[in-house]
Amino acid sequence: MTALDQLFVKVRAENRAALIAYIPAGFPSQAGCHRVIAAFIAGGVDAIEIGYPYSDPVMDGPTIQAAAVTALSNGTGAQEVFGALKVASASVPAVVMTYWNPIERFGVANFAAAIAQNGGSGVITPDLTIEESAGWISATATSAINPIYVVAPSTKDSRLADVVAKCGGFVYAASLMGVTGARTSVSSSAADLVARIRKTTDLPVAVGLGVSTREQAKGVATYADGVIVGSAFIKAMQDAINEEEGLKAVTELARELAKGVREGR
Amino acid sequence: MSTSEREDLGAILGHFGPYGGRFVPEALIGALEELEEAHRTSQLDPAFVAELAELHRTYTGRPSIITEAKRFAEHAGGARIILKREDLNHTGSHKINNVLGQALLTKRMGKKRIIAETGAGQHGVAAATAAALMGLECVVYMGEEDTKRQALNVARMKLLGAEVVPVTSGSRTLKDAINEAMRDWVTNVETTHYLLGTVAGPHPFPTMVRDFHKIIGEETREQVLALTGRLPDAVLACVGGGSNAIGIFHRFISDPTVRLIGLEAGGDGVETGRHAATITGGTPGVLHGTRSYVLQDKNGQTVESHSISAGLDYPGVGPEHAYLHDIGRAEYRAITDDQAMHAFALLSKTEGIIPAIETAHALAGAIQVGNELGKDAIIVINLSGRGDKDVQTAANYFGIPLD
Repeated sequence: MTALDQLFVKVRAENRAALIAYIPAGFPSQAGCHRVIAAFIAGGVDAIEIGYPYSDPVMDGPTIQAAAVTALSNGTGAQEVFGALKVASASVPAVVMTYWNPIERFGVANFAAAIAQNGGSGVITPDLTIEESAGWISATATSAINPIYVVAPSTKDSRLADVVAKCGGFVYAASLMGVTGARTSVSSSAADLVARIRKTTDLPVAVGLGVSTREQAKGVATYADGVIVGSAFIKAMQDAINEEEGLKAVTELARELAKGVREGR
Repeated sequence: MSTSEREDLGAILGHFGPYGGRFVPEALIGALEELEEAHRTSQLDPAFVAELAELHRTYTGRPSIITEAKRFAEHAGGARIILKREDLNHTGSHKINNVLGQALLTKRMGKKRIIAETGAGQHGVAAATAAALMGLECVVYMGEEDTKRQALNVARMKLLGAEVVPVTSGSRTLKDAINEAMRDWVTNVETTHYLLGTVAGPHPFPTMVRDFHKIIGEETREQVLALTGRLPDAVLACVGGGSNAIGIFHRFISDPTVRLIGLEAGGDGVETGRHAATITGGTPGVLHGTRSYVLQDKNGQTVESHSISAGLDYPGVGPEHAYLHDIGRAEYRAITDDQAMHAFALLSKTEGIIPAIETAHALAGAIQVGNELGKDAIIVINLSGRGDKDVQTAANYFGIPLD
C-alpha cells in the first residue's frame, strides 16, 4: 500500500474528499518550488502532484504552459523533479504528473524506481494510452507505485472499464473536454463521469480541470474522493507582486479549498 | 516481412515496428477510433473512392505529369532525372491529395468544422481550399513567427474564408501550431476534425495520410515504366514530416531494386545542432502522439529545429519513415540550407521550374545521387511543391533587391 492509498482510506473514514495540489518542479524556481510545497502543507493540502515541465504540453492551458516555460528555463530536468518529489513526500503523499516522453527518455523501469526511491506514491500519465502501457505497468508494479491514468467525459463505458483496471491509487477524472485552467464553474459532466467510473471500480476517484475556489471544491467533494487544483495555485504565484506574497496567497487558497473539501457531505 | 503484412500491421495496430501508436489524452481516443473506422470503411466504399477520384481528375488536376529534366541532369552525373510534378496540382503542392481525402471523411463523420496546423502555409492553404470547396468551417493554427515569414499565405487562407490563429506559445513555429491545434481538438472534438497535414501524429493519421498520398507513387511507377521501360534506380523526396516522401515511396517498397532516399533539412549542418534532420540527427522518442525519431535533449524535451524551409522545420518525422530507416529499406540524408538553395537556383535556371525550397532539398539529393550512380541511372524526384511562396526568401538569400 502506498502512502497515497493510505490517504484515501483515511479521508474515506473521515467522510470527506482529499485536496490534491499541483505545482511544476522548478516553478517559480527550484528553491521557490520547495517553498510552494511548504505553503501547500501549511495550508492543509492532503497530497501533492509535482509536474514534470515539458516542452509540448498539449493538455495544458496558458497558465501551466507559462509555468512550464519558466521551469524549463530554470533548467528543470528529471533530477529536479525527483528533488521536489522528495521534499513533498517527506510531509504528504506525493506523485509526479508527466507527459510520457520524459519517462521514455529516462528509461521506464529506472523512472519508476526513482519515484519510489524519492518517496513518491505514483505517477499520473495524461498522454499514455493503455495500449502503449505494457512496460510501464510492469515497471510500476516492480517499484510498488501507483500508475494513475486520466479518463475523460468522452471515454466510453467499455473503454472506461479497461483504463480503470490499469489504475492504482486513484482514477483521475478530467471534469471536462479541454485543457487545464481555472473555469468559472465546474462542468456538470464531471459528476456523470465519476458515477460511470464508480460502476467499474472501488478505487478512489479524483476530479481535476477547472477547480479554483472553495465553492467549487465543495461541489466536487459531494461526489468525488479527491479534488485536484493546479492552475489556480500557479496563478496565485504569477499574480503576486513578489514571491513572499504569492506564497501567502497559496497558503490562503489551500486553506479555503481544504475547507471546501470538508463541506461537501 | 512482405508489404502486405507490413500494411496490415500499420492498419490494425497503428505500429511500424516499434514506432507509431497512440500517445494522446484519453479524451481523443473516441475521435481517433471514429476516424480510423471512417477511413477503413471509406476505403472499401466504391462511392467514396469514386468521389475522391473524380475530385482529383476535375479539381486537383490528376494524374500529375512527369517531366524529364535533361539540362538539370547535366549537373547530376548525367543520370536520367525524372520529375513527378506534384507542383502542378491545384494549390501548388502534393498537400491537396490529403486534404481532399480528409475533408470528404469529415463530411462522412458528420462534422462541420476542421482545424489544421501549418508551417510554411502550404497545408493551411490546401486545408482552407478543401474547406471552401466543401462548405466546412476552417481554423488554421500557425506559429506567429511563420505568419510573419509567410504573410502572403496568411492572406491567401483568409481569402479562402479560413480563420488564421497566430500561435504565440513555445517557439511560435510549426511544432507549437500543432500543440495549439491539439488543444482545440481536445476541447471541440465533438464537432471538429483535426485535419493533420503529414504522416505523423497518433494512429490512424500516419496510415491514413499515407493512403491519401500513395497515388503519387502509383502514378509515377506506371509513368516511368511507360517512358523508360524499366523501374528507376532511385526515388528521392524531401522529408519534413514525410508525407510527400511516403506518398511516392509506398508503391516502390516492394520493388527491392529501387533505392528510396529521403532528404532531410540539414539547416546549417547536422554537426552544428541547427538543423531539422530528425532521422539523421535525432533519437527515438514520442512527440505529438506518435513514437518516432525526435530532436530532443537528455530529458526528453523537444529541441527546436532550424531550416530555411518552413515546411521542413519540424523536430519530428512520420513513424513509417523511422521504421523504413531502421530496417534499411529507405536511406535518409541531410541537405544543408546552402545545398538546397543551390539546387533551387539550378532547377530554376536549367528547366524553367521554380521549386519549393522544401523540394529543393530533394533536388540537391539528386545531384549527389546522380553523381554517385552515373549516366546509366534513372532517378525520380518527387517535385512536391512549387516555389511561388518562396520568392521572398529566395530573393533575400540570393541578394536580389525587392522594391
